[in-house]
Amino acid sequence: MSVLVFAESQGGEFKKAAFEAVTYGYKTAQVLGTECVALCLGDAPNAAQLGQYGASKVLHVADAALNNFDSLAYTGAIAAAVEAAGATVVVMMHGSTGKGLVGCVSARLGAGSAPGVNQIPTNDGSFKVKKNVFSGKAIAEVELKSAIKVISVMGNSFQPEVVGSDAPVEALAAAVPASRVSVKEVSRVKGTVPLPEAELVVSAGRGMKGPENWGIIEEMAEILGAATACSRPVADTHWRPHHEHVGQTGVAIRPNLYFAIGISGAIQHLAGVSSSKVIVVINKDPEAPFFKAADYGVCADLFDVVPKLNEALKNFKANA
Amino acid sequence: MKLLVCVSKTPDTTAKISFNADHTEFNEAGITFIMNPYDEWYALVRAMELKEATGGTVTLINVGPASNDAVIRKGLAIGADDAVRIDCNPTSSLYVAKQIAEYAKEQNYDMVFCGKETIDYNGSEVGGMVADMLAMPFISYASEMEMNGNTATIKRDIEGGKETIEVDTPFVLSAAKGLAEQRIPNMRGIMQARRKPINVVSPVDFEDVSSVVSYELPPAKAACKMVDPENMEELVRLLHEEAKII
Ligand SMILES: Cc1cc2nc3c(=O)[nH]c(=O)nc-3n(C[C@H](O)[C@H](O)[C@H](O)COP(=O)(O)OP(=O)(O)OC[C@H]3O[C@@H](n4cnc5c(N)ncnc54)[C@H](O)[C@@H]3O)c2cc1C
Ligand SMILES: Nc1ncnc2c1ncn2[C@@H]1O[C@H](COP(=O)(O)O)[C@@H](O)[C@H]1O
Repeated sequence: MSVLVFAESQGGEFKKAAFEAVTYGYKTAQVLGTECVALCLGDAPNAAQLGQYGASKVLHVADAALNNFDSLAYTGAIAAAVEAAGATVVVMMHGSTGKGLVGCVSARLGAGSAPGVNQIPTNDGSFKVKKNVFSGKAIAEVELKSAIKVISVMGNSFQPEVVGSDAPVEALAAAVPASRVSVKEVSRVKGTVPLPEAELVVSAGRGMKGPENWGIIEEMAEILGAATACSRPVADTHWRPHHEHVGQTGVAIRPNLYFAIGISGAIQHLAGVSSSKVIVVINKDPEAPFFKAADYGVCADLFDVVPKLNEALKNFKANA
Repeated sequence: MKLLVCVSKTPDTTAKISFNADHTEFNEAGITFIMNPYDEWYALVRAMELKEATGGTVTLINVGPASNDAVIRKGLAIGADDAVRIDCNPTSSLYVAKQIAEYAKEQNYDMVFCGKETIDYNGSEVGGMVADMLAMPFISYASEMEMNGNTATIKRDIEGGKETIEVDTPFVLSAAKGLAEQRIPNMRGIMQARRKPINVVSPVDFEDVSSVVSYELPPAKAACKMVDPENMEELVRLLHEEAKII
């Protein structure tokens, strides 16, 4: 018995999400009274490092065909690792790879699945785990009854915790089918924190009046080391790039801090951000619906208040 | 090209969510149901565009009870040729996927479209399940697609950017915003939809392995603390000392 964690690497490097996954797997293994085994696919020179987050060993399928995501190849490799590790639970992150994979893996293993969970499972005779449903408007507890269970974890639900040291890495030979998908290009914005991974997010909406005014938002994000986001109309009118669009039709995020500046707080926007741990709203309209979802509010003209806030943040950082 | 579009029914986004007395079932009273937006706006419309460009057929499939027919008719009004409804009350994603795959495996579809997720369960897994059951590649979160013969060039949304891939038919794709522009059905479409067939099929046996045991509402937020706009130092202090996040 074991909990198998698929730890995704990107160009041979692990992102924070991989450590979150192992931390989640380690905690789940403790609940089940078993061990946590990590799995790396493709290039992963730092595989042993996953031991620090609780993996007792790391399986590595080094086939270069696995350097890019292909659902059939990845699913085949994961199924082989499940068998090798005698796994009864499979854990992955609910990011762009996990979302494409969680269904495939559960179908392949005939396993019940819980996609996008944000809590550790309970195991009092039956295996249950909670996830958000109705775009964050409710929480469902799901019971999985199959011998093997598949879970994907919402980003930023569990912070990585170092609990041990490097783990032994075992090469796993898995017959990986030739990929039917060829990756032509990967373009990522450089130098900034990808939105779904960000702990701090500064987001702005139509209240900004135009793209030329975003300097104060970028400045704030830079002071805080935060990612930037925006409402849908802002992305639709190309004031900001599409990958910044959060909400029901955009990305769903759960940062520790979400700053909503000049955003009204429409239900479709809240659907993507309401699970944020702390929400701060800056809006000049005291009736803006966002204040109802906020922890802290400032009712004022953003063009007055954001520069003042930036000064205060700079002073705070300078003295911290 | 022979295209299959998976469509599901979900409560309208603005629906107020409540449950029965023992919190085991979602309370449907007074809820307006719609076609899942990703299925309607992006998956179905992109399938229609492909049919218009190269010929072929667009079939809708839904796994659900007769009360789903209204949603299916809307898809027919947007332009799908015909529809299949697997007559049952599905209990999990795996159950739904099994029904779709069993139906599709005899039909040789060039592409199966679904939405990136349903806005009620937020699973984003039915498409992947169907793909694996049919041994087809699954291309998730597609926000642009061009066809050249049997080869599709697809842009996928990934963390902080886009991935461009090429894949030959057959495959299963899940549609994200950007794949197409929403279409509003016109009067002619609505009239024609009434005469188009919805083929009702019995489900295959499948023993389910997961279920929702209870629902709860998220804990209520404490009232928003308002901060004096002239005193941003105070906001910074609260975030540092009280919320402990900076
Ligand atoms: C099916 C569907 C899906 C959708 N999906 C999404 C989604 O994923 N994400 C999303 O964001 N939206 C989505 N929308 C759109 C959503 O309903 C709202 O229209 C949108 O979120 C509004 O964006 P906004 O708050 O930036 O603009 P507005 O609603 O125009 O709000 C601007 C706010 O800025 C404030 N403001 C103006 N000037 C100032 C100033 N000088 N100082 C301070 N405050 C100021 C105003 O008081 C107002 O509250 C969706 C809509 C539908 C129908
Ligand atoms: N009952 C259903 N019938 C047909 N298609 C469905 C059904 N449920 C989900 N789907 C399809 O699968 C996609 C993803 O659903 P989900 O995995 O529930 O988020 C949806 O956007 C639909 O295209």
